[in-house]
Amino acid sequence: MRLTKPAKAGTYESNDIYIMIYPTEEDTFIEIESIVSELYGKHIRQVIEAVLKEHNLTNVYVKAIDKGALDYAIRSRMLTAIKRGLEHE
Amino acid sequence: MKINGYKENFELFTSVDLHKTSKLIYPNKNNLSKDKYRDSLDKLLDELPLKDGMTISFHHHLRNGDYVLNMVMEKIAQRNIHDITIFASSLFPCHKPIVDLIEKGIVTRIYAAYISGPVAEAISFGKLEKVCVMHTHGGRVRLVESGDVKIDLAFIASPTCDKLGNISGKHGKSACGSLGYAVTDAQYAEIAVAITDNYVDHIDEYEIEGRYIDYIVSVPSIGDPKGIVSGTTQITRNPIGLKIARLAADVIRYSGYFRNGFSFQTGAGGASLAVSYYLKQIMREHQIKGSFASGGITGYIVEMLEAGLFDKLYDVQCFDLEAVRSIRENKNHIAISASKYANINDDAIVNDLDFVILGATEIDLDFNVNVTTSSTGIIMGGSGGHADTASGSKVTIIVSPLFNARIPLIKERVLCRTTPGESVDVLVTERGIAVNPKRTDLLENFKRTNLPIVSIEELKEITDKYLGVPEEIALGDKVVAVIEYRDGTVIDMLRQKLNR
Amino acid sequence: MNRIRRSMLFIPGNNPGMVQNGDVFDSDALIFDLEDSVALEEKDAARELVKQALETFEFNAELIVRLSPLDSPFFEADIEALKKLPINMILLPKASVEGVKVLEKQLRGTNINIMVLIESALGVEKVFDILSTSERCLGLMLGGEDLCVDLNCKRTKSGQELLYARMRVVNAAKALNKFCIDTPFTDVNDEEGLQKDAEFAKALGFDGKAAINPRQIITINKVFSPSEHDIKHSLRILEARDIATKEGKGVFAIDGKMVDLPIIKRAEYIIEVAKKLKLVSDNDED
Repeated sequence: MRLTKPAKAGTYESNDIYIMIYPTEEDTFIEIESIVSELYGKHIRQVIEAVLKEHNLTNVYVKAIDKGALDYAIRSRMLTAIKRGLEHE
Repeated sequence: MKINGYKENFELFTSVDLHKTSKLIYPNKNNLSKDKYRDSLDKLLDELPLKDGMTISFHHHLRNGDYVLNMVMEKIAQRNIHDITIFASSLFPCHKPIVDLIEKGIVTRIYAAYISGPVAEAISFGKLEKVCVMHTHGGRVRLVESGDVKIDLAFIASPTCDKLGNISGKHGKSACGSLGYAVTDAQYAEIAVAITDNYVDHIDEYEIEGRYIDYIVSVPSIGDPKGIVSGTTQITRNPIGLKIARLAADVIRYSGYFRNGFSFQTGAGGASLAVSYYLKQIMREHQIKGSFASGGITGYIVEMLEAGLFDKLYDVQCFDLEAVRSIRENKNHIAISASKYANINDDAIVNDLDFVILGATEIDLDFNVNVTTSSTGIIMGGSGGHADTASGSKVTIIVSPLFNARIPLIKERVLCRTTPGESVDVLVTERGIAVNPKRTDLLENFKRTNLPIVSIEELKEITDKYLGVPEEIALGDKVVAVIEYRDGTVIDMLRQKLNR
Repeated sequence: MNRIRRSMLFIPGNNPGMVQNGDVFDSDALIFDLEDSVALEEKDAARELVKQALETFEFNAELIVRLSPLDSPFFEADIEALKKLPINMILLPKASVEGVKVLEKQLRGTNINIMVLIESALGVEKVFDILSTSERCLGLMLGGEDLCVDLNCKRTKSGQELLYARMRVVNAAKALNKFCIDTPFTDVNDEEGLQKDAEFAKALGFDGKAAINPRQIITINKVFSPSEHDIKHSLRILEARDIATKEGKGVFAIDGKMVDLPIIKRAEYIIEVAKKLKLVSDNDED
């Protein structure tokens, strides 16, 4: 599946993550900025990848700015962004 | 093991039973000169025997508003002196200019009980040529009187100084109250210089005696009052901090040591201060009166003194203007030296403490506490009096959220051991209270209460469930800091933070 | 016995920091809010966040979600998402008989119950009917802020403008054996004011009070818990009753006052609550 439009979800508040997703012609690419990248960087990437896989989403550029969100919050922001990005105008 | 700039025959920490130094040096200075005053710092420095490799000391009572350390070091750097050891009781973000001196090899070694800001980062990333020694407030006195450190030159920021060199922190536009950490420097330095912005004819009450002081220099300002002390210290409004504080106050109440004449110490930060808010209510409700509160003093503790809840305050450092006012006006608010506060060779106040409330950035399953580095291994603090009070007090209570955003408190092993778990008794978090299993007396007393007692392993499980297990932080080989326990044994060695 | 509902803490549904820590403040119930505290363009995000949180964490408190009102464009989507979640109740804002009927229909086949928010003049007048509409409807909360807008009066600290509504909703709830929760006290920095307001609500018969800040929970819980004095007195009554029963006496007196059945029942209730709150151990009664 492919996104129909760019979308975003989340906030820059502590404990949250700001997710931006864009449809692209290139392969899927995930970019993460996190206040806990040294402790949980790899883990956050896995959570994001898992959500993309569940939706069979390809050709998406994900930019995530993380303020210490837990897995459930990362998942929910990803799900919201994807839902928004699949909507038709 | 050889560490650049550290003694070779050091002993490793084995237990909290203190290794006392047998031979101590005693201060024997008696400079009664009436000709101590110099017009300017430059003139004085022209006179002084400055040389490469010397050790220069400073105190941190002006905290993040201090001008003296930067002012002196800038002038010494101009005189082309190298390989200097800074022996400062603490360093703050305002001491950023020192980073440049570290990079130029002018400053090559640092001793401090607490370091935050750019200097701390530079040390963590291995920029200091020799090692950084991080001691405790009490351990700093021991370092000097055991002869481990010889202070060549002490520069003492002095809010008020008279012609004989008597120094008071209680008066003047830069008043900071107690001068507890500076006393050792004055007593033991080869040459002690008072730097003041309030030079007066004569004072009757002082914290540092003039006979220890060799020179006096007057400068326009020794510090920025805004950085020295905050106007008022407020208790946290964060509901999680308040919950932790309330539980900690209940821990005190049900510990078995809460009785008339008990003694208490707490820090100025976050949840620590809020503990006194709840403790005050409990003391009133049960009509319990304490003997003393000690340590760094805030307006909140002053209020408790004035309300008659404590008989005395023993103050090694004032944290806010209320504390400065009180120490000036109230004879039961007593300034003490770092030695009287926490030195293992002295009859120290910390040994008479019933309760101390302390923070932590990390704690492990053996209750070892890290307050020296962040959870990624960058220096952002240090013991201060943490290890001293934990060792001295009957009940040591650590207060901290179990996690903050996604940063966990409890680790399998702390990145840096500041305070040994043997001296830590209770951990209070918002999701439960863990008691060190060796404190069977406390565990027994808490059984009869509603306190949410769990094991520290259970708290770690909760953390892992919410956060997941964090990745290991990879540090380099170079030892950037030696962590000394209060008796001078080496409790940990911090390795270099690798570039991100 | 029914659940203890001294305190119910509102948690903004789109705030992860508050959602994941909701359970640490000892509130008897948590109300995850999808309505007023969530911006219109973030309703979908809040719904997803609350869903993920409830599926991930085990909360100890009673779990309630306040959804968007019946006449809003979000009601359908909210109810679809909530139906499948492990929650105890749905809080229906701007409750009406019609609203409860619609919700009741949607919840068939689930274990989720309904709590109604009475926050209009009409709602107050119809409160008995609203509560009686469904077996699923277990109780109510009074919403003072919206009600005052409807009444066109100023919301004050003394709350005199709410006196009629408070008494009316308590009476209706108690007549139907349902619970009733008082409106939140909105000045979160006025601890003394909160205490007075909660004590007044308790005196009128409310079972508990809503909280809009975690700092309010301690005070609310304390007010709505049996006091030490009440517990001691109740234990004495029950002890005297046991002796009287043994001796075959029908009536007995304590401190010269006759103790009759309603007093015994109230004492039994207080001890039951106290036991549940661990304010008294099981053996204290013997």
